[in-house]
Amino acid sequence: MTEIPREEYILKCTSACAGCGDSLSLRYVLKAAGPDTVLVVPACCTSVIQGIYPNTAFNVPVYNVAFAAAAACASGMSAALRAAGKKTNVIAYAGDGGTVDIGIQALSGAFERGADFLYICYDNEAYGNTGMQRSGATPLGARTTTTPAGKMQPKKDLDAIVAAHRPPYMATACPAYPKDLFQKVKKALSYRGPTFIHILSPCPPGWRFSTEKTVEMGKLAVRTGMWILYEREQGKVTINGPSKAAMVKPLPVGEYIRAQGRFKGISAETVARMVDDAAALARRLQKEEEGIC
Amino acid sequence: MLTVATGNKAVAAAVKEAAPAVVAAYPITPQTEIVEQIAEYVSSGELKSQYIPVESEHSAMAACIGASVTGARTFTATSSHGLHYMHEMVNWAAGARLPIVMANVNRALGPGWNIWAEHTDAFQERDSGWLQVYVGSVQEAFDAVLMAFCIAEDERVLLPVMVNLDGFLLSHTMQPLEIEKAGDFIPPLHLPHAIDPQNPCGYGTLTGPDEYFRLRWDIERSMRDAVDVIRGTQERFARRFGRKYGMVDEYRCDDAEVVIVAAGTLGREAEVAVDLLRDEGTRAGSMRIRWFRPFPRLDLSGRDVVVIDRDYSFGFGGVLAKSIAATEGARPFSVIAGLGGQEVTYEDIAGFVRNRQPGRELWFGVNGDV
Repeated sequence: MTEIPREEYILKCTSACAGCGDSLSLRYVLKAAGPDTVLVVPACCTSVIQGIYPNTAFNVPVYNVAFAAAAACASGMSAALRAAGKKTNVIAYAGDGGTVDIGIQALSGAFERGADFLYICYDNEAYGNTGMQRSGATPLGARTTTTPAGKMQPKKDLDAIVAAHRPPYMATACPAYPKDLFQKVKKALSYRGPTFIHILSPCPPGWRFSTEKTVEMGKLAVRTGMWILYEREQGKVTINGPSKAAMVKPLPVGEYIRAQGRFKGISAETVARMVDDAAALARRLQKEEEGIC
Repeated sequence: MLTVATGNKAVAAAVKEAAPAVVAAYPITPQTEIVEQIAEYVSSGELKSQYIPVESEHSAMAACIGASVTGARTFTATSSHGLHYMHEMVNWAAGARLPIVMANVNRALGPGWNIWAEHTDAFQERDSGWLQVYVGSVQEAFDAVLMAFCIAEDERVLLPVMVNLDGFLLSHTMQPLEIEKAGDFIPPLHLPHAIDPQNPCGYGTLTGPDEYFRLRWDIERSMRDAVDVIRGTQERFARRFGRKYGMVDEYRCDDAEVVIVAAGTLGREAEVAVDLLRDEGTRAGSMRIRWFRPFPRLDLSGRDVVVIDRDYSFGFGGVLAKSIAATEGARPFSVIAGLGGQEVTYEDIAGFVRNRQPGRELWFGVNGDV
C-alpha cells in the first residue's frame, strides 16, 4: 500500500468553509502529485480559498483563469512545458459548473486533441462559489437557490461524455476514501494524454449538513450506491472495493437523502427514480467490467 | 528573398521567422490562410512549434495564455467574430501581462454575415490593454509581426500585441514581399513572472481594490513606456532592413493645408488621393494611423482634417475622428466609409477632401454622395 506523504501543499488559513470537501480532495490530489505540479483553476470555490493577493495558501503554482477556459489553458501550458522538455504535472482543477456546463466545450476539445494533462472535476453538485445555484451536475430533486422546489432534471452524465473521448485513464473518487483518491491521481499522472478524475465533493453549506459530517456524507453516497467508485483504464472498467460492496449490500438510500437539507420534502417517486438511475448505472458498469458490452 | 505573397502568407512567413514555441489557432475567414500556412510549416518541419488546433477562439487565447505563462513565445490569429468570441481571454492576456502576438484580419461583424474589411472588430478591443498596429501593405504585415514580438516581449512592455490587416484587401491581395532571415532580430524571451514550481506563486488570485488599482496603473504605465519601445524597435528595424516605420505614416504632410487621416488600406488609398489633389493645386497630405494603442499624437496644427473611419461606435461617432477630436482638439470632417468592405476609391477620398465640412459627419453613400 502506498504511503500518503506527510508534506502538505495546502497550508493553514485557507478561506474555505468548515468541512469543505473540495479542500480535503485537493489536499490528497496535491500529496499525490507532489511539488513539480501546476494547478490551473477556473472560477470556482478553489479560486477563492487560495487567499487574497499577494498571499496564497497553496504551495504549488496556481494559474487562475476564466470560467470556461481551464482545459484549454491547461492544454496550452502542457504543450509549452513538454516542448521545453519539462515533465511538470499540469492539473486542471475545476468545479462542476466549470466542467459540465460552461467549460465543457474546452474540456471536450482538449480531450479530443489528446492534450497531456489531468483534468479533475470536484463536484459539489451546484454553483457553490456564487451561493448554490443549480448546475448540470445537480441531482434530481435537490433544492438549490435556483431550484427552490427541487431540480426537475437528473444529473448530467459527465463521465459518459468524457468516456466518449476515450481517454487512457479516467476514474471517479471521493475524499471520504483518501487512499483511493491518492492512488487514482498517481495512476492518472503516470499516463501521457488527457486523464480525468471526477470527485464527488460533499459540501456542508450547499447540501445542508453539519460541517463535521463531510467524510460521513461521502461514505454514505458510496455505501448507498448514489456515487460509484470506479476506474476506466485503457477502456477497461474496474469497480472499486467500496462500491463493489455497496452493489452487493447497499445501505438504504434514505440514509443519504435524509441526512441532507437540500433533499427536504423530496417525493418518494423522485427518490425511487434516483435509485433506479443509480442502479442502471451500476448494472451498466458491472456489464462493462465483465466485458459483456 | 523577394517573392510575391498575400498578407496572410506574409504574416505566416514572419511567424516562421519568430518561431513561437506554441501556436494555438482556430480558422475563420479571411484569416484561415494564416493558420493553414503555419500548420503546413509545422507539418513539414520548417517550424518547430507546438501547433494546437483548438476547438474555438476562446480556447485559442486560453491555450496561448497557458503556454505564455510558462515563458514560451506564443502566437495566434483570428478575425471579427473570432476576436469577439475570445474577448474575455483577450482582456485576460493583457491583465496577465503576457506578450502574446496575434494577427487579426479586420472583418465586419454580423448580422448579416459579411466577411469583408472593417475595423470595428479590433477597435472594440481598444480598452483591453493590447497594443494594436494597423498595416497598409503585405510587406508591412511581415515587418509588423516581426517587430510585434520584440515590442510585446520587451520588459518595459510585457503586453500583448495585435497586428491588424484588412480582410481581403490585404489578407488575400498579392504584393511583393521581401522575406528576411530575421529570427535573430527578436531577442530571446525572458518572462520575469514565468511559472516555476521551485517558486510557487498564485497567479490572478483574488485581488482587493488597492492592489487591483495598482495593477491597472502598471498596465497604463507600460502602455506609455511602449511608445519609446516601439520607436526604438522601428529604428533598429530600419537600420537592419532599411524599411522605416513610425507611430503614424505621414505622406506629403510638410506643407499640407488639409490632412487625411485613416488606418489600414484606406490610409494607402488616401496617398493616391493626395497626389491627385496636389495635381489640382490642393496642398493635401495623409497621416496613416499605424499604432492605435498606444494612440499617437498627430501634428495637425492649423490644418483642416478629414478623418475616414472604417468603423463606427453607435451613438457616438467614428472612433478615429472622435479620438483625434479628443486628443488634438481638432474639428475633423468625419467620413464613415468602407464598412463591411464598401469600396472606397482614391477619387472618392479626393471628393471627401474637396467637399469637407469641418465638424460634420458624412456616411459615404448613405446620406448623400460627394
